[in-house]
Parts: sequence; structure tokens; C-alpha cells
Amino acid sequence: MKYAYYPGCSLKSSGRAYEESFLAVCKILGLEMEELDNWNCCGATSFMSIEQGPAYTCSVRNLALAEKKNMDLVAPCGGCYGVLLKADHYYADYPAVRNSVDKGLAAEGLQYRRQIQIRHPMELLTHDPGLKAIRSLVKRPLKGLRVASYYGCRFLRPVAPFDDMRHPQTMDSLMKTVGARIADYASRGRCCGGALAGSIPKMAQELTYRLIKDAQKAEADVIVTGCPLCQFNLDAFQDEIIASHPDVKPIPVFFFTQLLGLALGAEPEELGIQRLIVPGIKILQEKGILGDKKADEKKVPVAAGAQNG
Amino acid sequence: MATLEREIRFESDRDPEFAAQIRRMPGCENLNRCIQCATCSGICPLSTYMDMTPRRVIQLARDGFKADVLNCNTIWLCASCYQCQVECPKEIGITDVMYALKCKAIEAGIKPKQAAPQTLYREFYNLGTKNGRISEGALMVNTVIKTQPARFWSLKMLGLRLLRTGRFGWKIERMPQQSVLKAAIQATPPINGKESS
Amino acid sequence: MVSDNSHNPAEEVRIGFFICHCGVNIASKIDVAEVAKFAETLPGVVVSRDYKYMCSDAGQDLIVEDIKNFRLNRIVVAACSPFLHEKTFRTATQRGGINPFLCHMVNIREHGSWVAEDRVTATEKAKAMAQGGVGRVRRHVALEKRREPVLQSVLVVGGGIAGIQAALTLANAGKHVYLVEREPTIGGHMAQFDKTFPTLDCAACILTPKMSEVGSHPNITLWAYSEVIHSEGYVGNYKVKVRRKARYINEDECTGCMECVEHCSFKTGVVDDEFNVGLVKRKPVYMSFPQAVPKIVVIDPLTCAKLSGGKCEESCIPACDRQALDFTQTERVEEIEVGAIIVATGFKTFDAKRKPYYGYGDFPNVYTSLEIERMVTSSGPTEGEVVCRDGRVPKSVGIVHCVGSRDHQTNRWCSRVCCMASLKLAYLLKEHTGAEIYNFYIDMRTPGKGYEEFYERLLEEGNHFIRGRVAEVTDFAMRPEEENHLIIQVEDTLSGYVRRVPVDMVVLAVGIEPQADASVVRRLFNISCSDEGFFLERHPKLAPVSTATEGVYLAGCCQGPRDIPDTVAQAGAAAAEALALLDPGFVEMEPMTAYVENELCSGCKTCQTMCPYGAISNDAERKIAVINPMLCKGCGTCVASCPSGAIHQNLFDDQELFDEIQEVLAHA
Repeated sequence: MKYAYYPGCSLKSSGRAYEESFLAVCKILGLEMEELDNWNCCGATSFMSIEQGPAYTCSVRNLALAEKKNMDLVAPCGGCYGVLLKADHYYADYPAVRNSVDKGLAAEGLQYRRQIQIRHPMELLTHDPGLKAIRSLVKRPLKGLRVASYYGCRFLRPVAPFDDMRHPQTMDSLMKTVGARIADYASRGRCCGGALAGSIPKMAQELTYRLIKDAQKAEADVIVTGCPLCQFNLDAFQDEIIASHPDVKPIPVFFFTQLLGLALGAEPEELGIQRLIVPGIKILQEKGILGDKKADEKKVPVAAGAQNG
Repeated sequence: MATLEREIRFESDRDPEFAAQIRRMPGCENLNRCIQCATCSGICPLSTYMDMTPRRVIQLARDGFKADVLNCNTIWLCASCYQCQVECPKEIGITDVMYALKCKAIEAGIKPKQAAPQTLYREFYNLGTKNGRISEGALMVNTVIKTQPARFWSLKMLGLRLLRTGRFGWKIERMPQQSVLKAAIQATPPINGKESS
Repeated sequence: MVSDNSHNPAEEVRIGFFICHCGVNIASKIDVAEVAKFAETLPGVVVSRDYKYMCSDAGQDLIVEDIKNFRLNRIVVAACSPFLHEKTFRTATQRGGINPFLCHMVNIREHGSWVAEDRVTATEKAKAMAQGGVGRVRRHVALEKRREPVLQSVLVVGGGIAGIQAALTLANAGKHVYLVEREPTIGGHMAQFDKTFPTLDCAACILTPKMSEVGSHPNITLWAYSEVIHSEGYVGNYKVKVRRKARYINEDECTGCMECVEHCSFKTGVVDDEFNVGLVKRKPVYMSFPQAVPKIVVIDPLTCAKLSGGKCEESCIPACDRQALDFTQTERVEEIEVGAIIVATGFKTFDAKRKPYYGYGDFPNVYTSLEIERMVTSSGPTEGEVVCRDGRVPKSVGIVHCVGSRDHQTNRWCSRVCCMASLKLAYLLKEHTGAEIYNFYIDMRTPGKGYEEFYERLLEEGNHFIRGRVAEVTDFAMRPEEENHLIIQVEDTLSGYVRRVPVDMVVLAVGIEPQADASVVRRLFNISCSDEGFFLERHPKLAPVSTATEGVYLAGCCQGPRDIPDTVAQAGAAAAEALALLDPGFVEMEPMTAYVENELCSGCKTCQTMCPYGAISNDAERKIAVINPMLCKGCGTCVASCPSGAIHQNLFDDQELFDEIQEVLAHA
């Protein structure tokens, strides 16, 4: 089956490891992703805060493109997924939105009839190949690795189409399927503050601190996310967070597709694991998931980054 | 006349049309239902940083105290996590109200005291509508220089790491055909809650 | 000095002592096994046991079996308060085959374990109390409950919705009802309302069918324009006098055609129309409203030119083709006998002038909620048109909640209905005028089916809700736009601002308070009031419609503020209680009453003045006091007050008490 792949802006830069790992996993599982031609930025929270007419048009335009190809749209970025899903709902619920969007799309000869599904890899992998299929393909079980799944806001709110809004489980099930242990912690759905990371870092970091602290209290070895904004926010600012909160330790923050890919036999470099700011290779080696490459270990992030960057 | 310790609010300070416009914005139709239970303020991860709690913003917005709500920092601190919205016992789209108020503040040309979030949103919007895609490197650098120049240098190390790991570049991302998006945006009637729209 | 002839010394006293753990309620503080062991040593005690729950079936069976096996003839149960389980253990005693009054309870829970801190002293105290109980129970004698017949009719005082509902329930159950109403018509406050919350159905549409049913019911004797002036007797047998005021109309002839009103020599109203709360004037001859029941006019003698001794054309007399006008009529007093009485005398609204800073009486455009009720009614004085006293249709209205409620300076209580009534008026005022409506409230209290939903509806419809108690209503303008308005100043506690809201009309949501003559009514029926003046129920949870006087029940707002659904439910409950009293045809009276030892009574009447229940009369011939056992509640006041020691009380005989005290002290 073919899907319209909507990468969004982050998966082309700060979240490129997510694209690499997601596509690698899809390849292994036989899911065909066709990148949407001429897609545009979903608008994120910014468009919505400036001009709502264009904000909805920009979002729905991508849905209309996928619909034209008669394919479900797959948006791995949590932000994009949430924005597109909300736009789809509001397009249906509010005549004002529909009126504006229809007129905007008409300028390009597009229309939207809500005939496609908007899907996130988390849910797509759980349902389309299914957990059973994934389990049968595991080459490198994540034995002994304690994983805290961090969901953040947009898979759950304002609508949670595939999980329990207050205690989401999808990512945990995927991680369990590939042999990981689950670190259960209450903050799994709390805001990471990503929207303010670039503007008021102090506040964002207070929120991020709480998530890391809570995950570490649950004895998590690593955190996994399904959103490049969360990943970046949790990964990139740990230095600053630890400087003001010495009670937390550095913790690698993976895309869940990176760990899935690893379990399914892909190599760390294919999955962009070297791109993490807080290095992730070491813990995987310690747990015996990755073979002993002690010699390269310390250089891995830098060396690999230089090669691929 | 002696200095007033506390300002009195007169009915002429209210703008009922403003409240009506907010209610006409997507997601804001239940605004009047609010019973001021303050679930929103309690659950908001950022309410402690806000000059007005979300509850108070809702109260003032529905009463039409336009100047008060458009000048508070609350609307710009809202990180759109939707926690308030999903927990609101009256199903008020509180996050949507915050969006609507941000739009109205921009419409009114209000420069907030805490300027950074608005600057980021503007930069994002301009880049996103111009090129059709966001170049994260350019966005981050522009925003940091404009809003936190002092931090720019402290982020140097992170920047270097991001460059090394290939997560950050100077390339400007563009849609292959930007003209179609521009045309669509131009053809889109505004959604601003004004009755004519 | 005390006759001891009731005690048969020949009988061997065989006492069973039973002590309860009450789970851990008692056992945690009192060593019950030790007390039981101790009681076994007391003279006369044949068997002594402790048990986890004496009140359980198994516990009671223990008593029943022991009575049979040990031939017990006295029982002492050391457990909780007799308020809770005296009846339980007396019944068990009776099941064991002996007279229930040979059982005595010792309260070691409320008076022991619950108030004790130290286990040793608590156990000692329990022993002392046990010894006292054992000491006094020896003197107990067999007593019998008395049976008296119950009259099969009921007096309902007050013809509002509470009285109407109670009367109809009883009448439909086949009991004869006397419904006495002070006003010329039944219907009460509900008849003055336009709509009822939260459903907004028309008050008259749902009330008037019930009023007509009362008027035509074969089992109901309706006496409107009448008042109860005297009541005596006891449960099942009350004698009541009702004053029927002169209407100056032959009730059998009047058809309510209103021709006499039309032809009254006063061409317009001359006195405030009570039914329309003074919004208009009425003539001396009038009918409160067209659907009045009974549908009979009434002449007010104070304003009628003829009756007040002035000059009059008497044009009303020929106008009546049935010659129903009767200027010679005088008031009558009817005497009736009833088995039960339901008091449903209602409430009055708070006098808004007691809060002068709200401007009622000073600013013409300040109204009470009741006035607005009349104004929005299509059959009211303005036919539903809402206009201020200055003729303007209000563009903005402020509704001030809690006027005369939640206020130590006036009435401390929450009047319960005003939030919802204010919401209803807000809805109606907006509907009638399109005005902006501002509600000023302290808390919104909407507990009832569909009430919160109604509040939400009003929120959604854009009514303003400002949380804060209004400080003042003023005409002092601080801004040009405030000129010619009433300005309401308040702190909006939710926005944190002091606000000034100029409005055209102010509505004061006046609270509910007891009728002005509640204390007269209270004395009439020998019931009590709580300190705010509402009639006191026997128990706030478990006997909410009963009073301390057997056979007298309460319904509606005379017992406390409540809305129509609660009033109707309560009236039904009062009717059911009355039915439960009437239906068996007799009442059983507790025997613990006082009695006079005739030989010792000097006829000094001291006891007569002391008795709170009016149970003592004087036998003029024999010059002695006579106690009516049906009225006696066994309070003991007369026993203590009798200078000759001529009065004794069953179960509280002096010797019983002295023995008990002596034994308690003996242990100490």
C-alpha cells in the first residue's frame, strides 16, 4: 500500500534523523511512502496566531494534495500531525473555515472533500503492519533497555484519534513489542514547552526539566518521542537544564522509529542515531543491544555527523 | 485628584463587538459558557509565568475588556499544549481563544511586553508564507538575534553541534512552486470573526 | 413519701445484663468483658454477656433466648443512646415474653467510650453506670401503651402550592380536609409568578387546574379569607376554631361575574393591589385575579365607602342580579375537629427598604423581584410590558442577588430560590425588552434538575454575570454615559476590577423570610421555630416534615426556603405522614407519662403553669390537677415543680432515680 508522505519542515533539518529512521523502518516493513509533491508548511502554531484564514488554507492544502492522489497522508511530525488533524476537523465543523479554505484552494484548482485519513507513524505502524508482524521481524530485541515514552501534546490534544488522551499507550506497546521495558511516568503527556524554546527558553526549560526528572524517577534509560520538536527540545537543551537543575542526568532522547529500526536490524547510521546531541550509542552498547565497538564509540556522534552532515 | 490605587472599569471600557468577534472565531463559540472554575489556570503548565491567569483572560474576553486582554502576556506565553482545552468542564476552546486573541492583538498592532513569542510567530509566518517551507536555521538565528541577542553566543556550542550532526544548515528551504501557495493565500478570505467575513 | 406499691416484693428479681462492643466504638475504650464480669457480681444479675453488635438480629436473639432460659424478668442493655435502640431492645424483651418496659438501657457509648480518653477510667465509669442501671431496673414495673382513636379529617393551614398539594393528596386518599387560607383566594405566591424555572412553563397553567380541583373536591372544605384562631387537643383529636372573615358577599350566590366591581362607585382603584404588590390600585370590591378560587369577590371594609361610613351611591348593589352583596354580614367562627394538622403558611419576601443603599423606595426604577414577576406576566398589571416607572423601556437591567440573604445584618441564611428566580427573570426581561442583563451574584447556586443547564443557557445567551456583592446603587454619574442611569458599583472579583455598571432598571432579588406572624402560628399549634424563625422540623434529616408535636406536620417555605418542586414533594410527604397517622384509626401512646397522686395534690396549679404542652387542667370540683396522658410528653417538669410531691412519672419514679444515683455513687 502506498501512502502520501508529508515530511514537514523539521524532518528536512533538525529532525532529519526522524525521516531517515522512519523511512528505514517503512522499507523493512514494506510500507511505501511517496513524498507529496510541492507540499507546504502546515503553519504550526504560528500561522494560527497571526492570520487564521491563510493558516487553515495552508494546512488543508496539503490534505487536498494527498486526496487528489487518493492516498492517506502520513505526517510523522507531531506538530504537523496535530495541526493538520485539527484543520481537518475545523474544516468540517466551522462554515467560516470551510468558506475561506475552499476559496483559497480554488485559486490553485484544488478542492477538499475529507475523503482521506491523516495518519501518524505511531498509529500507522501499530495497525497497518501490526504489532505481530513487527514482532516477527525483530532481529535485535531491546532487552534490558528501559524506555520512557514521551507523547507530548499533539497526538493527544485537542483530539486523540488513536489513544487515550490521559494515559496514552501506543508508543509503549511498540516499544514492548520490540523487547524494551517500559518506564511508566505520569508526565508522558505534559507540554514540553517546545513552542517557547526559541523565544522564552527559561520557561520552556522548566517544563522540559520536569519531564526528564519524572522519566528518570521512573528509572528510564532513554526517552523516545514521535515529534521532532519535542525531540529537539528535550535533546538540545539538556546542558542548560542540567546547569540549573543538577538533580537530572543527561539522558538520550530517541525518535521511537530509531529504536524500532534498530530492533528490526537497521544500522545506527542508517537511523541517524549519531545525530543526537546527547549521545545514544553508549547506553545501547551497555545493554548489549549493539555490538562492542568500543574503539569508535567516543567518536561516533562527531564522526558520523561529519560524514552525513 | 489623588492617584487612584485601583482603576475603575466603566462600561465604556467594554467592547461588546470585540467579545462577539472572538466568539465567532473557530473553536471559541462556547466562550460565554465559562463558569470561572479555573481548571484552565490550574492545569496550565505556564500559568505561573502569566500576568493574568487563563481564567481571568476568559472572563475579561467575554466581557469585552479588549485593551486588558490584548495587552496581557498570557496569550503569548500559551504554548498551545491544549491541556486547558481538553480539561475544560464546559468544553470551551481555550487554546483557540488564545489564538484568536493573539490574532486580534496583531490586528490591533500591539507589541507585547514579552515580545519574543510574537517575533518568532511573525518570522515563522513570513518565512512560511513566502517560501512555503520553514528554514529552521534561518528562523532560529533571526529570532535569537532579534529577541535574545545575549543568548546568541551562549548557543554557539549548540549551533556547532547541530551543524556537525547535520541537523542545522544555512540552506533556504523552498517549495518547488511557491506561486501556487501565494495565490491560495491571497484568495483566502480572512477569518477574523467580523460579521462580514 | 413515695408510694412503692407498684413494686411487688414477692417477685424474685432476675436480671440479665448485656453489654455491646458496638464494633470498636465501645470496645476500643471500654473493656466490655470486664464490665460484663463485674455486672455478674451485682445482686439480682443472673446472666451477664458481652456481644459485638447487640442490636443485630443475633444480639437480640441472645436476649430473647436468655429471658426464656434463665427466666429473666429484668433486662439491662449497656450500649448506645436509647434514642437509637431503646425501641429495638424493648421489642426484643417483649419477644422474650416479658413486658418491654422491664428493659433499661445504659448509654456507655455517647456518655462513655466516645467522650473518654483513658481506657481504665472509661471502664470504671461503665461499671458505675452498669451498677446504676441494675439498681434502678429492679424497680421497673410493667407498663402498657394506651390506644386512642384518631379522627379521620385533617386541617391544612395555608392555601399556597404546599397546602393545595397536601390537601389534594389527602382528599384523593379519601380523608376529609379543611383547607384554611387567610387571603381571599388560594394560590399563594405561586399564583403571582409568571413562569417557573427551569422549564419556563407558565405558573398559572400548572397551578390553576389544581386550584379548581381544590375548589370542587367533595372531600375538601375550602375556607378562604379565614384564619385559625385557636387549637387544642392532642394527636388524633384536635379541636380547632376558624375565624371566617366577612366578605360582605353571599358566597353561595356570587358567581364571580365582577359586575359589582365594574359598577363600584369608585371608578378607579383607590388602594394598593396586594396581589400585584402595589404596582397598581384596586377598588374596595375586588377579586385578586380572574382565576381566583373561590371565584368570589370580596369587599374591603376599610376602603368601601358604604362600610367605612361614608357617602356612597351603592351602585354595586343593583349591579348584582343575584343579590349576592350583603353589607350586614359579620365574621363567623367555625369549630372543627381533626386528627392531624398540616401547617403550610408560607413565607414573605424580604423588605428591600432594609438595605437602603440599594435605593428601593428612593429610586423609582429600583424594583423587587416579585414586582418584576407581576410585570412580566401577560395577565399582570402591564399585560407583560416591561416599562420603568418613568415610562422608559429598559435597555439595560441589573439584577442584584442575595438581597436580604447571606447577611448577618438581616438574614443569615441562603434563600435558595433567588439564584434560579433571578436567572428566570433575566431570561424573561431579555425576552420582553432585549435589554442587556447584568447579574450581580456572590455564588451561583443552581442545585436542581435542569438548573445548572438553565444557568449555562443564560451564560451562552450572553447575559452578564458579575461575581461580587453590590456595594451601592447610585444616581451619581462619574462619566457622561452614566447620566440618567442608576449606577451599580461592585467589585468583579473574577476580573479583579471595581466596576461601575449604568443601568435603566435595578431588580433586587429579595430573599425568603418567615411570615411576620410566624410566632403567633407557632404558639397556636405548639410547635417550635429555629432561631431564624422558620418552623422547626422534628429531625432535619429523618423527620423533616414532622414537628415535636405529634400529629402536626410542616410543608413548604414555613419550614425554610425552598422552590416549588421541593415544596410539592414536601407537601406530599406531609400528607403521607398524616395518612399514616389517620389510617390505622388509633394511636398508641408511650406510657412514660406523669400522673397525679390525688390524695397529695393541693390544687395549687403550679404544675399547670409549668407544663409546656398544656396537658394539665384543674378539676374544679375536686380541686386537684388532672393530667391528660394524651398530651403529656413525659418531660418531667410538673414532677419537679410540684411542691407537694404529688406528681410521679412512669419510668422516672423518684425511687427509681434515687436507686440509680445511689448505686452509681456506691461504685464511685
